[in-house]
Amino acid sequence: MAEGVLILSIVVATLRAATPLLLAGLGELVAERSGVLNLGVEGMMLMGAAAGFAVRALSGNAVLGLMAAMLAGTAMAAVFALLTLRLLANQVATGLALTIFGIGLSALTGLPWAGVPAPGLAATIWPGLAHAPPALQQVLLLDPLVWVAFACVFAVDWFLRRTRAGLALRAVGESAEVAHALGTKVLRIRLAAVLFGGAMAGLAGADLSLAYTPMWAENMTAGRGWIALALVVFATWKPWRLVAGALLFGFVTIAQFQAEAFGLSLSPDLLATLPYLATIVVLVLISRDSTRLRLAAPAALGKPFRPTD
Amino acid sequence: MRLEKREAPSAAMLWVAPLLAAAASVLLTGLLFAALRVNPLAALRLLYIDPLANANGVAELALKMTPLLLCALGIAIGGRANVWNIGAEGQFTMGAVAGGGIALVLGPGGGWYVLPLVLAGGIAGGMAWAAIPAALRVGANAHEILTTLMLNYVAQDILSWLVHGPWRDPQGFNFPQSKTFADAATLPTLWGTRLTPIFFVALLAAPCAWLLLQHTSAGYRLRVAGLAPAAARYAGFSASGTVWLSLLISGGLAGLAGIAEVSGPIGQLLPTVSPGYGYAAIIVAFLGRLEPFGIVVASALMALLYLGADGLQMHLQLPLSLTGTLQGMLLFLLLAADVLVANRIVWRRAP
Repeated sequence: MAEGVLILSIVVATLRAATPLLLAGLGELVAERSGVLNLGVEGMMLMGAAAGFAVRALSGNAVLGLMAAMLAGTAMAAVFALLTLRLLANQVATGLALTIFGIGLSALTGLPWAGVPAPGLAATIWPGLAHAPPALQQVLLLDPLVWVAFACVFAVDWFLRRTRAGLALRAVGESAEVAHALGTKVLRIRLAAVLFGGAMAGLAGADLSLAYTPMWAENMTAGRGWIALALVVFATWKPWRLVAGALLFGFVTIAQFQAEAFGLSLSPDLLATLPYLATIVVLVLISRDSTRLRLAAPAALGKPFRPTD
Repeated sequence: MRLEKREAPSAAMLWVAPLLAAAASVLLTGLLFAALRVNPLAALRLLYIDPLANANGVAELALKMTPLLLCALGIAIGGRANVWNIGAEGQFTMGAVAGGGIALVLGPGGGWYVLPLVLAGGIAGGMAWAAIPAALRVGANAHEILTTLMLNYVAQDILSWLVHGPWRDPQGFNFPQSKTFADAATLPTLWGTRLTPIFFVALLAAPCAWLLLQHTSAGYRLRVAGLAPAAARYAGFSASGTVWLSLLISGGLAGLAGIAEVSGPIGQLLPTVSPGYGYAAIIVAFLGRLEPFGIVVASALMALLYLGADGLQMHLQLPLSLTGTLQGMLLFLLLAADVLVANRIVWRRAP
């Protein structure tokens, strides 16, 4: 029984750790499939985390917090969209600026809430959580955002492969010029994809500050936005493979904390390097076959589009 | 309103755009201060003018400029070759670790040779850390933006482990910090300020970077690889050579910046040795348009923002995280203003 609960707790913890990566990764995947590379995921996530926590603390309502987080992520993405789509600024530079800006602004706006303890999302929904039997407690820890993340995989996969709008989005990501010649509204589709990416990154941030951790701290995403970017490459831009990547990373994150339970006594600082090293290993493995990677990537990724009359 | 591509980039706009961005940035910063409920004019004065009120302030500016300038020059050399090193922060840290390690091992003994060894160790540490993404890019096609960034976190964890564990000062009241470096391993200071001679090394690195890019065949190859990768391949320029060269230079400069910081103003290893210099240097590189002399100016401006934020914290209790916000905003505005270099605005409806 105790062993069963341990295994269950590892599965649950893996799913919970995978959720923010999955949410942010899906958003970025859609943006990249439309041909836009947004390196600002980390900054958008942090703004979502700060805004979500602040609004929940002020209103006492978690749903309002989640909505505020999505709004904050979308607003950040809108700045990126204005610069890269409308003003044709360099996507790499703008994305990096968005991340640095987001790290600073989230620290600034989140300052009054730094270190303030808050109940997790699961504990908010199930007030009796602490007194539930261990196995049930584990299952209840799977808060709605975990389910939302997996539902979003279905939705995005279906949207990209089965809908007219999804086809248009993929076409824009392969060649904006051809899509434009066929009468597709290139910039409108890219704008929508980038804003969707922002909303998802914001939600991913709120998952960290409202459900996973749950608290607000400066720079609390600790590189998860960048790991999400790497996962999109690992997934070769396919939603279902993103699930595999996110679960793998969820597990590596958990292994870090479980290592001691398995009698591995390594310094916590060195164990903390695991997710980053794993990201590098995964990138190396997927990138080695350069031809396959090039064929899988959206052909217009990172290329600006100038509308002509 | 729409944008129309100019036949040739506007030379006038090349100068006007940064001024426009700077003016807009001052305006927005003032609005931000108003939103934070402080007097905008007093705060702007603290941010931009007061840090330079005396000679010591100017020395502090030069001190803060040093790491930004060194890291940004490396990033820009890579950037010209389309190799994006986002890992200056980690290379800075590993430079501090490697050079600092030598300083700790040699201890209080030793003569004139200690400081050169420590500095060389710092450069080697940064280069070694940058060699990892270079090898992964050349050998396995792994994109350097993501690998260099991941290694930043790894470097930070290694430093934290060292000062919490093996390198912790036994007489340090259990604080996570190393022993302070011996005098022989510490950089001399100038004119009674905290400024070290590395500032002049950094200043000298700018014309060297310019010479490398504009007047050597290696620099020519770097620029061609960045502007026209297909042409570079056709000309037989080694793509892997470009990656190695730009990342090793980048890493060496960042490593020097790191060791100059810990064997200079800091004087020992602490759990964190950089307030984000490696990231700020990316902004510096872009603000300076990836041109060495532009970067000198941009690094002075960015150093002023760091100093000004210190003053704002001291006098108006504003958080230091203001720096990142202002840095990001400044780059946004420049990127927006730069549109005018290649385009002109046409105020009419499209036919």
